[in-house]
Amino acid sequence: MASRRAPRLGAAVAALTLLLAGCSGDSGDDDGKITLQFQSLAWQKESVDANKALVEEWNATHPDVRVEYIQGSWDSVHDQLLTSFEGGEAPDIIHDASDDLADFAYGGYLADIGDLLPERLKADIPQRSWETATFDGKIYGVPFLQEPRVLIANSKWLKKSGVRVPTPGKPWSWPEFRKITKELGDGTDGKYGVAWPLKEPVSATLNLSLSTGGKMFHRGADGKVDVRFDAPDQVMPRTVHDQVNVDKSASGSTLGMGGSDTLPGFFGGKYAMVPLGFSYRQQIVQQAPKGFEWQVLPAPAGEEGLAQGVSPQTLSVSEDSAHKKEAAEFIDFFLQPKNMVKLARGDWMLPTGEEALQDPALRTEKNGWSAGTALSEDLRPAPAQSVRGYPEWKDKVATPALQEYYSGAIDLDELEKRLVKDGNLVLARYQR
Amino acid sequence: MMRTTKPARAAQYVALAAYLVFLAFPFLWLISTAFKPARELGSLHPTWIPKDPTLDNFRQAFDEQPLLRAAGNSLIAALSAALIAVVIATPMAYVMARHRNRVAKAATGWVVISQAFPFVLIIIPLFLILKNLHLINSLLGLIMVYVVWSLPFALWMLVGYVRAVPTELEEAAAVDGASKVRTFVSVVAPLLAPGIVATAMFAFITAWNEFFFALVLLKTPEKQTLPVILNRFIGTEGVADLGPLAAAAFLATIPSLVIFAIIQKRITGGMLAGAVKA
Repeated sequence: MASRRAPRLGAAVAALTLLLAGCSGDSGDDDGKITLQFQSLAWQKESVDANKALVEEWNATHPDVRVEYIQGSWDSVHDQLLTSFEGGEAPDIIHDASDDLADFAYGGYLADIGDLLPERLKADIPQRSWETATFDGKIYGVPFLQEPRVLIANSKWLKKSGVRVPTPGKPWSWPEFRKITKELGDGTDGKYGVAWPLKEPVSATLNLSLSTGGKMFHRGADGKVDVRFDAPDQVMPRTVHDQVNVDKSASGSTLGMGGSDTLPGFFGGKYAMVPLGFSYRQQIVQQAPKGFEWQVLPAPAGEEGLAQGVSPQTLSVSEDSAHKKEAAEFIDFFLQPKNMVKLARGDWMLPTGEEALQDPALRTEKNGWSAGTALSEDLRPAPAQSVRGYPEWKDKVATPALQEYYSGAIDLDELEKRLVKDGNLVLARYQR
Repeated sequence: MMRTTKPARAAQYVALAAYLVFLAFPFLWLISTAFKPARELGSLHPTWIPKDPTLDNFRQAFDEQPLLRAAGNSLIAALSAALIAVVIATPMAYVMARHRNRVAKAATGWVVISQAFPFVLIIIPLFLILKNLHLINSLLGLIMVYVVWSLPFALWMLVGYVRAVPTELEEAAAVDGASKVRTFVSVVAPLLAPGIVATAMFAFITAWNEFFFALVLLKTPEKQTLPVILNRFIGTEGVADLGPLAAAAFLATIPSLVIFAIIQKRITGGMLAGAVKA
């Protein structure tokens, strides 16, 4: 996801724009024709192709409103957009992720497009998805692609072990998941039941903890948020900790890895399962040795069922855009159900639109599509979605604390102390 | 001079070899990765030499991104920045090295301090200034930024080289009736050649590898430079299209390697010459 330097850059921006305010000018249209800039973050070939094809289709049918495709990149989008906003040169239509929108929305950089979007689009996307891009009751983006975390499993290994294979209708509970991973492998012969790639442990922990009712961030009546680490928040972290440090059913060496890093071990038969984002299937299809059999399983469930947090990809309109209405019309065209299907297939993700989700191409069993699509109703806004100060809490407090806990360096009490006590000190600075 | 014993010399060679291996490892691994098919990239037992070498990663990289055009843009930006930086920095460095007054000291201090500024601190004002000059999305604007960015360190480097040139040579030229400018051009500048080349190299590499300014200032694909284009092979949560990324990154290192190879002897020769004179 996008890199975050908001506090640093924000401070610089505030000081420097005071000095340089008023230096920027507006650009007008020529020939009465409108040109909209659309910055896309599509990066996989199929996805880029789908984006460009849709832009071409729009341009062919809308001679008076031309869309110019601009390629951005996930790795740097936050800083790049912030600079563009400040310089008055932001693209009209902006592709980003919902967890990156809060700062831009509160900063006044994004337009409230609630009144500009057609009812068709509003009705097609469920409310739970709209909530990811809604701040103070205003809609600052259209969520259109989302990615649940799933268990990618070695099919032959599961079959051979005889364990119950979970389905979205009857998933594993967290205790059952722990028991089964122990049966699958405890590391004695170099084989493990699961490999947790937790180089960036915070979003995985927060999002999966929703299944047990964990929220971690609690908003009071005064609108202020405080961090708690109650029993429901502890189920998922304890499971991972115990798998690594007690049962030895999870490899400790993968805790510092990213998802891609675990794939060679998965293909090589070291791990029976790897919890990964749904889109990792593309890498698996490309890289798995011939004959390697794999399947997509739902993540473990708790009292709240299969619920988990996601931060969907979004399309927003810049507040500085002189053509917000036309930008919203392009978004409506871009996210027609058939187009959403193309975009979802290009990115190996799930569309948010209900109609697109019914498309047979996303219901096929091939490459685990149907197993993922079945999870779509359980996806909720990521708990930290609109919490100001979350990036700092994540980087300075939660990431090192969770990494130490998962590796066994600290115990649960110490983890709680850091997440809550240190964490609330951080959040307090943003809520004065 | 102390004589080096055979075991000590052997240890030196071993240490040197180890250092070279350490330095070369990432580059060799990059080359290896660039030629591996996707299935070998996911192997638990990676090999140095691809079992089934392929050019698919290069084909895909070229198919997906305008690498040649981006390389051309990078080359224009980096060469121009290097050239302009040394043209400006060389006489400035001479003045700062030879005239040690308060202004020169203050200038040196400013040069040192300016190196501590993070990119993010200067990018907004730069963006606004270039916008008013209509130099956003322009290689000229980017070159100006690169010159300004590399100038302090170039200046600092060259001051050191100027100080290494004996003042007696300039005094002899003055006795022969040469003007200050003539002395600088005919006596000092030739002796500074290795330093100027090294400084140009520094400015070139800095600009060639620079990412953030290029990302922010260049909007259309026709203008973008290689680092910006390479970044497109990286997706969400750091997932990379590894094969094409390695292929493109390998190609991106070639111009630097070629330039280093061409001027390496000159730098080394110049340094040795300077050492003897000193």
